[in-house]
Amino acid sequence: MKGMPGGGGGRGMRGGVPQKPKMKPSLIILRLGKYLFRFKWMLLAAGLLTLGSNLLALLGPELSGAAIDALAGGEGKVDFPTVFRYCGLMALFYAGSAFLSYILSALMIRLSQSVTYAMRRDLFNHLADLPVSYFDRHQTGDILSRISYDIDTVNTSLSHDFLQICTSVITIAGSFIMMVRIAPLLMPVFIVTIPISILLTRYRSKKVRPLFSIRSAKLGELNGYTEESISGQKTIKAYHQEETMRRRFSERNEDAVSAYYKAEYYAAANGPSVNFINNLSLSLISVLGAIFFLKGRLSIGDVSAFILYSRKFSGPINELANIYSELQSALAAAERVFRTLDEAPELADDPDAVELKVTDGEVQMEHVRFGYLPEKEIIHDLSLDAKGGSLTAIVGHTGAGKTTLINLLMRFYDLQGGTISIDDHNIRKVTRSSLRGAYAMVLQDTWLFSGTIFDNIAYGKPGATMEEVVEAAKAARIHEYITALPDGYNTIITEDGINISQGQKQLMTIARAMLLDAHMLILDEATSNVDTRTEIQIQSAMRRLMQDKTCFVIAHRLSTIQHADNILVVDAGDIVEQGTHKELLAKNGTYASLYYSQFQ
Amino acid sequence: MKKIFQYLKPYLWAMALGVLIKFTGTVMDLFLPSILAHVIDDVAPTGNVRMVIFWGVVMVICAIIAVSFNIIANRFAARVARDTTRAVRQDLYDKITALSCGQVDSIGIPSLISRITSDTYNIHHMIGMIQRIGIRAPILLLGSIIITLFMDWRLALVLIGTIPFMAAVVFYITRKGIPLYTALQQNVDKLVRVVRENAVGIRVIKALSKTEYEKNRFDGVNRDVVEKETTAGTVMAVTNPMMNLLLNLGMTLTILVGAYLVNAGVSEPGTILGFTSYFTIILGAVMAISRIFVNLSKGSASANRIAFVLDMPEDLQLMAPDHIDTDDHILFENVSFSYLKQKDNLKNISFSLKKGETLGIIGSTGCGKTTVVHLLMRLYDRDKGTIRINGDDVRSIPYEKLHTMFGVVFQNDVLFADTIAENISFGRDLTMEEMENAARWAQAEEFIESQDARFEHELTIRGSNLSGGQRQRLLISRALAGKPDILILDDSSSALDYRTDAALRGAIRENFENTTSIIIAQRISSIMHADHILVLENGEAIGYGTHDELMESCESYREISRSQMGDGKKEEVTA
Repeated sequence: MKGMPGGGGGRGMRGGVPQKPKMKPSLIILRLGKYLFRFKWMLLAAGLLTLGSNLLALLGPELSGAAIDALAGGEGKVDFPTVFRYCGLMALFYAGSAFLSYILSALMIRLSQSVTYAMRRDLFNHLADLPVSYFDRHQTGDILSRISYDIDTVNTSLSHDFLQICTSVITIAGSFIMMVRIAPLLMPVFIVTIPISILLTRYRSKKVRPLFSIRSAKLGELNGYTEESISGQKTIKAYHQEETMRRRFSERNEDAVSAYYKAEYYAAANGPSVNFINNLSLSLISVLGAIFFLKGRLSIGDVSAFILYSRKFSGPINELANIYSELQSALAAAERVFRTLDEAPELADDPDAVELKVTDGEVQMEHVRFGYLPEKEIIHDLSLDAKGGSLTAIVGHTGAGKTTLINLLMRFYDLQGGTISIDDHNIRKVTRSSLRGAYAMVLQDTWLFSGTIFDNIAYGKPGATMEEVVEAAKAARIHEYITALPDGYNTIITEDGINISQGQKQLMTIARAMLLDAHMLILDEATSNVDTRTEIQIQSAMRRLMQDKTCFVIAHRLSTIQHADNILVVDAGDIVEQGTHKELLAKNGTYASLYYSQFQ
Repeated sequence: MKKIFQYLKPYLWAMALGVLIKFTGTVMDLFLPSILAHVIDDVAPTGNVRMVIFWGVVMVICAIIAVSFNIIANRFAARVARDTTRAVRQDLYDKITALSCGQVDSIGIPSLISRITSDTYNIHHMIGMIQRIGIRAPILLLGSIIITLFMDWRLALVLIGTIPFMAAVVFYITRKGIPLYTALQQNVDKLVRVVRENAVGIRVIKALSKTEYEKNRFDGVNRDVVEKETTAGTVMAVTNPMMNLLLNLGMTLTILVGAYLVNAGVSEPGTILGFTSYFTIILGAVMAISRIFVNLSKGSASANRIAFVLDMPEDLQLMAPDHIDTDDHILFENVSFSYLKQKDNLKNISFSLKKGETLGIIGSTGCGKTTVVHLLMRLYDRDKGTIRINGDDVRSIPYEKLHTMFGVVFQNDVLFADTIAENISFGRDLTMEEMENAARWAQAEEFIESQDARFEHELTIRGSNLSGGQRQRLLISRALAGKPDILILDDSSSALDYRTDAALRGAIRENFENTTSIIIAQRISSIMHADHILVLENGEAIGYGTHDELMESCESYREISRSQMGDGKKEEVTA
């Protein structure tokens, strides 16, 4: 077995350019609408406020007109009381309108941020429920890009455009009705221009939306590369490959800005094009209007009123066209978000799954078959029986698939054949959280998060007291180090904790495991970064940790596993030898040669 | 912000041209209504159908010019935004790769990531937006003001009188806005951090069933970001209604003043009526300008964050040549160092290595083993003492020379989502043969050969489709592939079984006799054959010598050795 958690063949996974069929825009809009609808009361309030502030603003010209009428008398005949009254009213109405529109903006910001919050929360929660393999396939930077950039794009457009669309639609409908009433004769103009705008819009959306999708994807790739390469900064310096990395960044940067530009390039035509159609209809109206006037079919007043309304009519259409390109980019971004939301989460627990209650902690594997890719099986027929409280050691060459076993025990991946059971409960028939909760695990790759040392140690046991944490830290021989820090247990660990070594991090993860109240324990090279002296010092604590627990230990220092009840020697996905230290040495096979090699 | 505007300089002409084109396009747009008025008022009454059609054609031509020019100008703007952003982003990335490790530590990786991504994105957006609306609006504003000045300068002055107030509002709100947006971006950094930690630690999180906890943790940062954005947005939202109000009040005042002027016979009612129509145009322009300022606030918060990185002084500068003649390849003399400049992480370390010798470093967790290597490679500068390679102070060796001397594997070193070959060659010009050799020496050949695509096999993110041992062997291949002068292995065989480890050491002994090695390990067996062994404890050397010497002289070393190998004799093993 070639031990490949994550499944080989990463080809085609790197690119973020959508290969899957596009989602229908109507579907995306529907799903976006659902988010908006969650805040329907805010939406309603926003609608009312829009109406109110628009009405007040509309009254302004009316009032100013009245004020001007009052001074129309000319020299010495100005009706000052009326002028004052209307001017006072104007000031009042404008103030009211400004106030309402401020409230409206504040409300819209709140609304859009509520949607942002909800989307981001849903996305993250979904990500957290995705199987481990998703994170093996997607670059962190790309995930980040979805959660920040894409969601931001969606909501900038959502909050800003939603109201705009509403008001525009109302105005357009209103003006249309007015125009029909005034001069039905001129309406044929729109029979020409409206289909043109519809066709143009459809053509553009076909052309522009894929460009916006690419833009989002390319930005995701750039972010992925950025995250990956900045994380490897020390290595890059050590090999003096700054130039190489810069060059590669430059390619991706070029891709990203070009994709942005391409989308803008086509989107840039949206506003002017719609404007053009409006101007076109204006020209047609004036020519037709003039002709009808000449033929006596229309009065000049009708023509000018018609034109006034057609201006009113085209204004919002213009605005809509501008919104339209924003909407395209929002749809592309939303599609990426929804696509992630549509990724299948870890298979749901069996409907009749029960909470696992471990009594003895006996773990049995029967005829287990597994491969990360179904067609590439790497564990062929593995059976083992670990009695409750026993210590099973797994040894074998590097990459023989030891880590895969852990992936299966913890059910990070599901089996292709055979069963794993704990106290005769098939692990597929119990809830995942109870299964995983039954294990404590210390891995070779230490993982601490940015938070205090206390939080990191207490991570697996919510509500742990300071005494418990200190006790665990003492047992893991890290207490003295921690107390020597200026802030002690409240020291914040930063992601690359410069003054905390790998070994110290590992000791903290051991302390973390010690706090867990689990029946089973997995130690995967748990002390590989810890020096031997410390290792001996924590041995008694480790032994206590392992007491009464069913333990699975992966170790290269064979000295640490000599007392195992059962040693499994794995090679190429099969167990080639099995037995105690003594039995295996007596066999003089793979294990013996592995064992002696450490003294050569 | 100034810094970013500097990037726009080369495009000033392009922008000016864009303005001109846009200006023409806009003027065409404005012509249409007057032609229309002409047709209705003057041409139609004459009954000349041909003239009507002629003017109709003129209108269509104007419309075509308007559409083409506006599109061209918008594309110009997009191009300028693209070029500027590309340059800013590239310079930022270049600068980040040039930062010293200490500088990176001080800003933090998540923050650097969000500066390159979300901050440069804000800049892109801002530059595009300024050009698109920033041109039309001032033209309209200035034009209208000039016309009103001609209509009646007294009334115009009243209107102009509101401008200082508007400027004050913009100034005040922008000043308030920038720190708010800066705070927002800082919270975005935190969001980046949590997501990053989750992506990396997903196995541990799932193993400990902490999914819910992480969801809550994310919820916290999410809430903070949203809150900061709401605060910033709510403050900025004052701009628009305020400007609207000020201008409208100015208009009201104009009518009042107008009333007196009309009464005094100095002005006409018609003039005041005309004022109101220009006033609408001014209002629209002012709104657009205030939108620009909102964008500018957000943009300049991002610009400042970018400029902060770009302006960081060059750390770890090259010193004047400082050479002594010596046959030591690597020399440490009384070197002390502290990361945080509080407690020394290394104290008074001295050792010397001749070319081809091997130094083993062993010691308890956190004793400063890795720090020795960091200083030798000058990822950080030592506080006291001297470090020399070939007699040159490391601080005087140019980076391209210094950093091409090493083949190194750090603890938890990085693999990239790329092919095996790319991960080994890592940007260096290596032949296939060199890579194959390196893989063989690093004991990686077997597993590489077993992949269908061999060296072209693609790794997944962080090399997660390999086991720990395979990853280490690939990293060692990378270190060996360049036939380095100095080889550094920092606890890089911990995931290798003993046999593989021994074979690796054998291969290095045979093929790298001219390479000076520093090997950090937990296992005595990995370093016991080294020419020199340095035993560290709390940053101090508590033993230095060969294995046999240390077995005699160093209590700690003896203890480590006994714990791992019994008394170093085989028979103990079977007992």
